[in-house]
Amino acid sequence: MTAWPFVIAAYGVTLGGGGVVALLSYLAMRKAER
Amino acid sequence: MPTLHAFANPARFLKIAKPLTPLLFWAGVVLVAIGCWAGLTLTPPDYLQGETVRILYIHVPAAWLGMGGWSGIAISSIMALVWRHPLATIAARAIALPGAVFAALCLTTGSIWGRPTWGTWWEWDGRLTSMLLLFFVYLGYMALAKADADRGGDGRIPALYGVAGSVLLPIIRYSVVWWNTLHQGPSIGLTQSSIAGAILWPLPIMLLGFTLLFAGIVLMRMRTILALAKAEARMRRMARS
Repeated sequence: MTAWPFVIAAYGVTLGGGGVVALLSYLAMRKAER
Repeated sequence: MPTLHAFANPARFLKIAKPLTPLLFWAGVVLVAIGCWAGLTLTPPDYLQGETVRILYIHVPAAWLGMGGWSGIAISSIMALVWRHPLATIAARAIALPGAVFAALCLTTGSIWGRPTWGTWWEWDGRLTSMLLLFFVYLGYMALAKADADRGGDGRIPALYGVAGSVLLPIIRYSVVWWNTLHQGPSIGLTQSSIAGAILWPLPIMLLGFTLLFAGIVLMRMRTILALAKAEARMRRMARS
């Protein structure tokens, strides 16, 4: 079994998930503080 | 508690939180970027697991923050119940979503790691099941905190739930010791590790990076809750006059 697709998927999910929650939190903060 | 109560004033808290938010966030981004680069390119593959061992650098921080997030909710809840600290309830509410996201990321990356390593995406063993329970407890907390805020509650019921939920933390921590599980036993301690230093070294960078990122996100969410509460209070004052 090739390992790299699993490694890339795990990194993609984590960085994507972390990025989305950070972006949504930032946009909500900007909107609320405006 | 004189220092903690000094931050109970939202204006004083915001004075510190506003410059601290981008600082924590960008320091976290830089450290995570360095950690990813090191973890993907500089460390050798494991003699047994091969390249899949690189999932360690994101799976462990996700687990740390999933559990650390609930520790934060439990501590904030105790502060809200005992000292009526006004920012403690807000902090607990702010931690819930990123905590739930990182608990879900821990489960997902663990599942992705499990397929090539164990030959299965999922196993109902002690560690995986207790972590899944923590994720559901997060969802319950978010629903409860929202319902309490919507009906103008004092946050006592979500705070009690936050303290009660912390019973899961030692269960998750010791699940690999108490039960015979597919998940490996504890391999990383505060003073020693069974993982070779050549593989382990990017992990502290990733742990610190994700922790700073998490703290930045929590501050953003606390500022959002405070700003919304301020706007709502202003609307109420206008409606009265």
